[in-house]
Amino acid sequence: MPQIAQLAETWSSQVFWLLVFFGITFFVIGKGMVPKVMETVAQRDGQIAADLAAAKAARDAADEQEDAWRVRENENRAAAQAIVAKAKDEAAAKSETKLKAAQTRLDKKLSEAETRIAEARAAALTEVEAVAVEAAQDIVKTLAGVKVTKPTASKAVKEAMANG
Amino acid sequence: MAAEQAKVDPMYQFTIEPLAGSSGWELAGYNIAFTNSALWMLITTVVLFLFVLGGMKRELVPGRWQMMVESFTGFIDNMLEANIGKAGRKYVPYVFSLFMFILFANLLGLLPLGIFGLHPFTFTSHFTVTGVLAIISFSIVLLVGFWKHGLHFFSLFVPHGTPLPMVPVIAPIEFISFMVRPFSLGLRLFVAMMAGHVLLEVLSSFVIDGTNAGATFGLMVGLPSFILMIGICALELLVAGIQAYVFALLTSLYINDAENLH
Repeated sequence: MPQIAQLAETWSSQVFWLLVFFGITFFVIGKGMVPKVMETVAQRDGQIAADLAAAKAARDAADEQEDAWRVRENENRAAAQAIVAKAKDEAAAKSETKLKAAQTRLDKKLSEAETRIAEARAAALTEVEAVAVEAAQDIVKTLAGVKVTKPTASKAVKEAMANG
Repeated sequence: MAAEQAKVDPMYQFTIEPLAGSSGWELAGYNIAFTNSALWMLITTVVLFLFVLGGMKRELVPGRWQMMVESFTGFIDNMLEANIGKAGRKYVPYVFSLFMFILFANLLGLLPLGIFGLHPFTFTSHFTVTGVLAIISFSIVLLVGFWKHGLHFFSLFVPHGTPLPMVPVIAPIEFISFMVRPFSLGLRLFVAMMAGHVLLEVLSSFVIDGTNAGATFGLMVGLPSFILMIGICALELLVAGIQAYVFALLTSLYINDAENLH
């Protein structure tokens, strides 16, 4: 086993060169280069984290704006609905007054017409009475030869007409 | 005709050889020959450097290579955070270096460069190497522990809620298990890597010797061994990753003890 057989003659050289080369490895590579490599990694991680945070902030802002827009939109819609309702109410009120006026006019016309009809009827009745009185006088004169005075005849006619 | 004994020594691959004329190099009286082991440490360092360099483009949208490097750093970072917590981040450079150094050493040692006449050397199969790495990890645990908690660090040896009469029994056991840590840490890696390479070498000797012994042996022994070798190679790649992971994971667990006591 050369490790033991050559121990006495080689141990110092082995130890010396190991210390030299491991020392170079440690100080140049371990101390000099590795921290830079790790720094790059940390930088990248930081960049990624920052980018992610920025993206999240942007998304939050977008969400916020969407919410604001939604609120505004709802307000607008409510306002529009109020305007429509108001217009509807106004229109309804206007048509109602118009209808009422028309109704009044109609009622008036109707009552006028009724009055006229009643007058005409009364006039007609009076005429019929007068004719009936004259007729009754004539009939009595002709049949009985009795001359009936006008008031008597009209009284009799009135009675007869009232009895129907 | 005396057939030349085709000898495959499964241990030869672990032999350390000083490279061209460096065998006499000394520092303060100690030999510091630039060996094949040191060469592969150099190769590991350079390959690891190039690998991490490819991940330094620092692009916001990473390419494949950068992604790969970042997933390794992220892996170590997560492991430390899971085991130690937020305080674990400051150990990322050390644990990353440790994990990647061992991982690349293990993987480079498995490269089939033998076909080109080169011989990869797995220096993690030497306990001189794994031992030093384990001692470094253990020293960090001790330093952090005493730095953060002072002498209170010794309460590590008395698990929370131990009945008072049990303390004299539990404390030595805890102390021994604590002191065994660097050995188990270093030996685990060394043994796993050595065993794998020895197994591959033994199987390859079956293939070579079996084929040399004739067609029958070649078919009966050589071919099954070769097929098994392919499977073991895949297993060794897995072990290379797992052992690096285990080393890093245990280091982070031990650092957790020092950082947070328990």
